[in-house]
Parts: sequence; structure tokens; C-alpha cells
Amino acid sequence: MKSERRRRSWLALVLGGWIVVTAPIALSVTLTESSAGAEASDQEKAREASQNPRAEYWREVRHGAQGYSAVTGPEANVLIQDGGETWQELRNGPASTIGAWLMAGVVLALGLLQIFKGTWKLDHRTGRTIKRWSAFDRFIHWGLTVSFLLLALTGLGLLFGRYVLMPLVGKEAFGAVAAVSKPVHDYASPFFIAFLLLTVVAWMKYNFFTSYDLEWFKKVGGYLTREHVPAGFNNAGEKVWYWFLSVAGLVVVASGLFLLTPNFEWSRSTMQLSSLFHIASAIGLICFSLVHMYLATIGNEGTLEAMVGGEVDERWAELHHDVWYDEIMASRGTKAEPDAGSARVS
Amino acid sequence: MARMKFLCDAERCIECNGCVTACKNENEVPWGINRRRVVTLGDGEPGERSISVACMHCSDAPCAAVCPVDCFYTTDDGIVLHDKDICIGCGYCFYACPFGAPQFPQQDAFATRGKMDKCTFCAGGPEEDGSQAELEKYGHNRVSEGKLPLCAEMCATKALLAGDGDEVADIFRERSMRRNTRPDTWGWDVAYKDGSHEI
Repeated sequence: MKSERRRRSWLALVLGGWIVVTAPIALSVTLTESSAGAEASDQEKAREASQNPRAEYWREVRHGAQGYSAVTGPEANVLIQDGGETWQELRNGPASTIGAWLMAGVVLALGLLQIFKGTWKLDHRTGRTIKRWSAFDRFIHWGLTVSFLLLALTGLGLLFGRYVLMPLVGKEAFGAVAAVSKPVHDYASPFFIAFLLLTVVAWMKYNFFTSYDLEWFKKVGGYLTREHVPAGFNNAGEKVWYWFLSVAGLVVVASGLFLLTPNFEWSRSTMQLSSLFHIASAIGLICFSLVHMYLATIGNEGTLEAMVGGEVDERWAELHHDVWYDEIMASRGTKAEPDAGSARVS
Repeated sequence: MARMKFLCDAERCIECNGCVTACKNENEVPWGINRRRVVTLGDGEPGERSISVACMHCSDAPCAAVCPVDCFYTTDDGIVLHDKDICIGCGYCFYACPFGAPQFPQQDAFATRGKMDKCTFCAGGPEEDGSQAELEKYGHNRVSEGKLPLCAEMCATKALLAGDGDEVADIFRERSMRRNTRPDTWGWDVAYKDGSHEI
């Protein structure tokens, strides 16, 4: 009963964590402290105390009372740290299962979108292009992409590999893969941090919401109806992706740094909490990145060109980012005629 | 088949750390790692208790449940062991274990964790019993020689008991009866009429 209640409250907490990835990792909040709430009633305690005077003593030991130990080491003076039980239940439970269903749900939804709506094709191409991303922008984007994919794949392997890959390839082979995955995950992280920070700083200016973004949300970007939706340099969906990436990215980085540096002797409760935040924010990022990758490749014709060559067809800009397109055209002082011969005007 | 267990009699442990030393020596445990430690609660106060703790070889071991590479296994004697050839040093077993049993040698580069090391109940590892490889990775396999863990064998006050759970329980039950009370209630609490110690 007690443990069930505790489990439920923890479930609620981790569900909240999915959404509120903004919550900073509060070092002061330890798993032990939070679980101490569901304890025996005062009456029970009094009865126990009369029968067994040391009951309270051992109960405190059960919940992480500190003593003295001649052995030095992180928390060597704690006999029992019970946060691991909660951590194990959440990691092997909701964090894994909800995470897996979320990712499967996203893949399924994207698959359905592709089946029923197909690729959003350009009705025609003008042959003229507009500069969209500079070489620097593309460099940080692909740097972020590669480091993120390395981290995502190795991270998913550490969370699900035992249940998905190990039955297929065997314990030894998977162990060998995991032995590579772990250092790859560790060493890819500094690159991810650097590229993430660069991206967040460099692209913030494109991602402040405007009044017409509301219409984009109302029409879900036009992806279901193919109707026209207004959008500036970035559409509202891209802006949400940017802010989600910024916030969840910082959570995944902050929590990951705790896990990466055990030599600073963080307490176990810190690392348990970090692990849960790391899983929640990482799976959120993976889900959103799947959407991003789909829409930027097979979802929309012409979008990938922007990040590969840095330039987009004028028709693409007009179709998907009309406000930005109008601004570009206005800055040129004239709308180019469709049959103008110049291939490059930017 | 026996179900191996440790039990530390808090009424007897005098915090000599003999078990810690015996373990380190018998198993050639590297610097910075202690497979066993003694924790004293309420040190220097009336009612202080010392307990020697190491891996408790849980029936449903949390370390095994969270290991991403499934490197743990339980022997027929109920001893929880792990395979260092598979371990990747992720530290999850350390997060999950309530007793702080898993230990990690610090690797040179970037101070990451090395392969996990913990109490083996002096039962070695997956290598061939008594082999040099087993000795180097996991320490002395005393169980295969018909011996019990050295920490318990060395214990001067016989506070730390190790062996078949039934026999350990019998010994402890007999002690409790001789003390003429339930375990651990006699002593300071009765003498000082105070059941609510600050730990």
C-alpha cells in the first residue's frame, strides 16, 4: 500500500518530467528525502517503540542515516541508500516503457502522414534560389546532427539494447558493442554540447514567436489539409522545435555532466535523479528529432536542399515561408518575374 | 543446496575493521577500492552500533536488474557474481545498490569508471575455478576450496557470520536466546531507559 502510493507519486513525477523538462536539477532534492514522506503513522511508531525500542533506529538506517566509516569513499558512511529502488523501478518501468511507446507512436504517426498525405511536393520550381543558411549555419547544424545521432543511438542501446539487441546477437557480442557505445557516448558529448550552444545562440533570432504563428498552430502547419499557412524565416513548428531543443538540450547536457563525472563524487541520489532527467529529456529530443528529420527530408520536397547547399528554390520559400519570402523580395525592391533567366539572384 | 548469506551481529561488532583488511589482502583488491566497510552509527554516543557491510548477494539483485549488458549472474549457492569481460563501467549498479557495494577503479583517461568490482563472497568469477585469470580479476575463490569468505573467518568477535543461511540463522537465534531477549533490544536502551536515540 505504502510502496504503491509512493510508486504512484513517482509515476506522476516522471510523467511531469516528460513535459516539464524545464525543471532544473535541484541538487538539494534527494530521492531519499522525497520518499521519506510515506512512512508509518505516529501510532504505529509508538506501538513499535514500546515493543522494540530500536525500531526507529533501524528505520532511520533503512532510509540513509549517516554514520562513521574508516573507509573513505563517496557515501561510505551510509549503510543503506534506498533511492536506488525508486530509480530502478522508474528506469526499468515508466521511463523505458513510456519512452518506447512515445517513440513508436511518433514513428507510427509519421508513417501514417506519409501514407495518407505523402510528400509535400513543390508544384513547380522557379529555378532561382534564395540563400537560406550560411556555411557556418550548416556546419553547426551537421555537427549537431552527427553528435546527436551518435549519442541517441548509443544511448538507446544502453537503455533498450539488453531487451532488443542482446536476444538477437547474444550477450558477448552485445557486450562488445556496448563497450564501444559507452566511450562513444562519453566522448561525443563535448561535441554535442559545443554545437548545441552554438546553435542555440546563433539561431535564437529566428525563433521569437509572432502573431501569425497562431494560425500555423491552428492549421497544424497545413500538414493535414495542405492549405496555406503563414510563416516567417522559421515556421511556428520550427520555433517550437528550437525552444524544445534549447530547453531539453540543456537538461540533457546538465544531467549528463553529472553522470559523466563520477570522479567529483556526486551523491547517488544526484546521479539517480540525473539519470531519470537524462532519459526523459533524451527521449523527448529523439521523438522531436524524428519529426524534424521526417519533415526535412521525405516530408517536404526541397527542404533538405536548404541545409545541404544553403539555398532554396524561390517557389519553396513562397510556399512554406511566405512572410520571409516577401521580406526578401521587398528588400530586393522588386518581385522577380517567373521567367527571369538568372539562376542565382541572391 | 546452501543459500549463502552474510549476517553482521551489531551487538558484537567492535569496529576493528579486520574484515576490511582481510578482504583487501585475500583478494588483492586495488587501491581506492574496499569491497567491505564498517559503518558505525551514533559513533561515540551511548547505543552506538557498528555493522560490517558488503554486497549482500540479494535474491532479486537490483544491480542485475539495471545492468545494460546483463553481466550479473547468481550461482547455485545464491552468490551474486559478475563478468568483468562484459561489464562496461557505466555505474548503474552503483546507483541501484542500496548497500553501496559496487566499486569502480578510476581509469586514467578522463577519470571515467573502470570495470566494476565488488564482494564475490570469496567465490571468484566466471573464469575457471582457481585459475590465475580468476585470481587477477576477482580475487581468491575460497568457496571452490570449501572455505568461507575470509572476512567472516577472520572476525575476532564472530560478529560477522557467513555461510549457509539456515546455519547462520541458527547461530544468531541461539545468541539471541542466550541474551534472553529479542535481537538487539537489550543493552543501552534498557540501561538508559531511552528508546529514541539520535543516530
